[in-house]
Amino acid sequence: MKHTLSVLFENEFNAIPRIVGLFSGRGYSIDSISIGAAEEAGLTRATITTIGEEQVIEQIAKQLNKLVDVIKVVDLTFEPFVERELALVKVHSTPATRPEIVQIVDIFRAKIIDISTKTMTVEITGKEDKVDAAIGMLRPFGIREIARTGAVALKREFQGQA
Amino acid sequence: MQNRQSVPSKPKTKSEPEILTGSDILIRALLEEGADTVFGYPGGSVIGLYDTLVRHPKLRHVLVRHEQGATHAADGYARATGKPGVVFVTSGPGATNTVTGIANAYMDSIPIIVFTGQVASTMIGNDAFQEADIIGITRPITKHSYLVKKAEHLPRVVQEAFLLASTGRPGPVLVDLPKDVLASKAPYIRKEGVAIRGYNPTYEGHTQQIAKAAKLIMEAKRPLVYAGGGVTLADGSDDLRALAMQGRIPVTTTLLGLGVFPEDHPLSLGMLGMHGTYAANMAITECDVVIAVGARFDDRVTGRLDAFSRESKKIHIDIDPACIAKNVPVDVPIVGHIKNVLPILVSMVKKTDTAEWLGRIEELKKGHPLKYTTKPDLIAPQHVVETFADLTKHEALVVTDVGQNQMWAAQFYKFKNPRSFLSSGGLGTMGFGLPAAIGAAFGRPEATVVCFTGDGGFQMNVQELATAVKNRLPLKIAILNNGYLGMVRQWQELFFEKRYSQTYIQEGNPDFVRLAEAYGAVGIRVVRPEDVAPAVRQALEVKDRPVVMDFIVDPEQKVMPMVPAGASIMNMME
Repeated sequence: MKHTLSVLFENEFNAIPRIVGLFSGRGYSIDSISIGAAEEAGLTRATITTIGEEQVIEQIAKQLNKLVDVIKVVDLTFEPFVERELALVKVHSTPATRPEIVQIVDIFRAKIIDISTKTMTVEITGKEDKVDAAIGMLRPFGIREIARTGAVALKREFQGQA
Repeated sequence: MQNRQSVPSKPKTKSEPEILTGSDILIRALLEEGADTVFGYPGGSVIGLYDTLVRHPKLRHVLVRHEQGATHAADGYARATGKPGVVFVTSGPGATNTVTGIANAYMDSIPIIVFTGQVASTMIGNDAFQEADIIGITRPITKHSYLVKKAEHLPRVVQEAFLLASTGRPGPVLVDLPKDVLASKAPYIRKEGVAIRGYNPTYEGHTQQIAKAAKLIMEAKRPLVYAGGGVTLADGSDDLRALAMQGRIPVTTTLLGLGVFPEDHPLSLGMLGMHGTYAANMAITECDVVIAVGARFDDRVTGRLDAFSRESKKIHIDIDPACIAKNVPVDVPIVGHIKNVLPILVSMVKKTDTAEWLGRIEELKKGHPLKYTTKPDLIAPQHVVETFADLTKHEALVVTDVGQNQMWAAQFYKFKNPRSFLSSGGLGTMGFGLPAAIGAAFGRPEATVVCFTGDGGFQMNVQELATAVKNRLPLKIAILNNGYLGMVRQWQELFFEKRYSQTYIQEGNPDFVRLAEAYGAVGIRVVRPEDVAPAVRQALEVKDRPVVMDFIVDPEQKVMPMVPAGASIMNMME
């Protein structure tokens, strides 16, 4: 099944290859990895999604925890969590198709962030399935390029009645 | 190994820190960590470091003849002493030659620190002469690694490297040293104590978990201690013995656990697993509580997992949380240092009733002792091991290569003391024996060091004979020479219809006696069984150089008993 791991680490030399290597060393692929500065100066958070057997993922999480650079590892999979992904989609457009593209962009609460005579670039944020759906709707117009961040995720704090 | 290195504070006499070269800083930092011996081999990018060594006679440098020998020697030194082994090599091929030794140390959790030369910082990534991305190459086989970018970082890097290598679950650390960093000057500033935010091994076991374990043990009818290399690494042999005696619990050990419990003790079952004793394998199959201490349920121990010790509850004590429940589900996990956990556990185990179980153990041991058949006029390799054991009173420091020689040494020497059996367990590295024996001899100069090896493995690092001769190490190198890559030959005989594909090495083998003499060692060939003991006695008399003993042994001897690969450990071929 799909797992979402959140790894907080000190981004020292060679830290990212060490983290990634624990997956490849077990024959596992990383489906998406998103890395950026975390809440504390000097700390970095990676959100990693992968598909694999629970026991293997648990072992990877334990091994991640053992890495000297890693401060904290959470497998969000079995907890409520919020996740978002950002995609930039450059779609072919003509004066004739523009209104329809704008309509689709509105429905997905996406944004047009660049426009040229032949293309529009759309910014979509949301969960993976929403991004997939928006891209699916844009595909018939002709997609030139896509850049996706992969998921970023945090544990949901509100869990039940207030 | 339990607590972080505490370094005696030196009185600060100078207000201004000294300005030194990177090489000087490195050596000074090593001496501060208590290093006394370095195994190494010079080369272009570390010429400056080697030049600096001349000014530091306190740090003994042992010149090996191949960098793989350096890592195995450092590994042997660490296994024999408990102190981290240190290696110096040059960049590129010097560094890549250390890889097998690093992997070997990683698999067996041995603390070594490998300092590799590197091309100048400005050249890194340019495919410069003798450049290799050794940090990248060794990433999956090191506990941690450093690329030192400034000479002023060296004191801290060395402190951290020693801390990481020797604490928690020990392991190899690699430090890559660009040539310009070694040559540049910086103030030597060393701060006392070192803490790494992301590195906090759990030393204290959870008291409630230990209490649960004690309860299980007291309720058990058929408890069994299964002790591994972690007990050796933690120097926890006394605590383990106390647990066994207190609870009247029989003990089996893994290959790397040999020696942590005296094999002549009535509670000892010897080694378990693929070539373990019948009694040990049956005991772990029949027992109702397994107390795994510093062991990792390796596949050579468990055999087929779904048939392994099905009736038992499992207590697992290990410092590495990732080790627990990795292969086998565990009922009572205890993460902590053996030296902390076992005394508490011993104090809680009040009363056990194992009399009936010990009767069963005795019956298993009596019914199925380790044995071998002898043929007239042919030396049985097991007899060579037994002769050494007798004549060294089971107290030599035994180092082995890998394969049949290793298993016969493990089965027939009958170890009494921890850190007296040094062997490549996890990686199974042929060629380990001789260089590791050299490292062990440097670490424990008072010990009688015996290296059991084969005609195959000996030739994999035979160049280190020069290192042993140069340093007048009185190693007893016993080649159990059967003219074959014996363990593979054994499998071919049993499972591949005697098709001995590429395992016959007799043709091409050198005359080992003349080879030894060419190096300046003593060579002794032994062909007849009745000459074994006199030859061993003769070898033990030699005190000033290595002795290479070429025992021409029965080529058809197999390591028995044996669990075929993938079978349950209940199904032993005897």
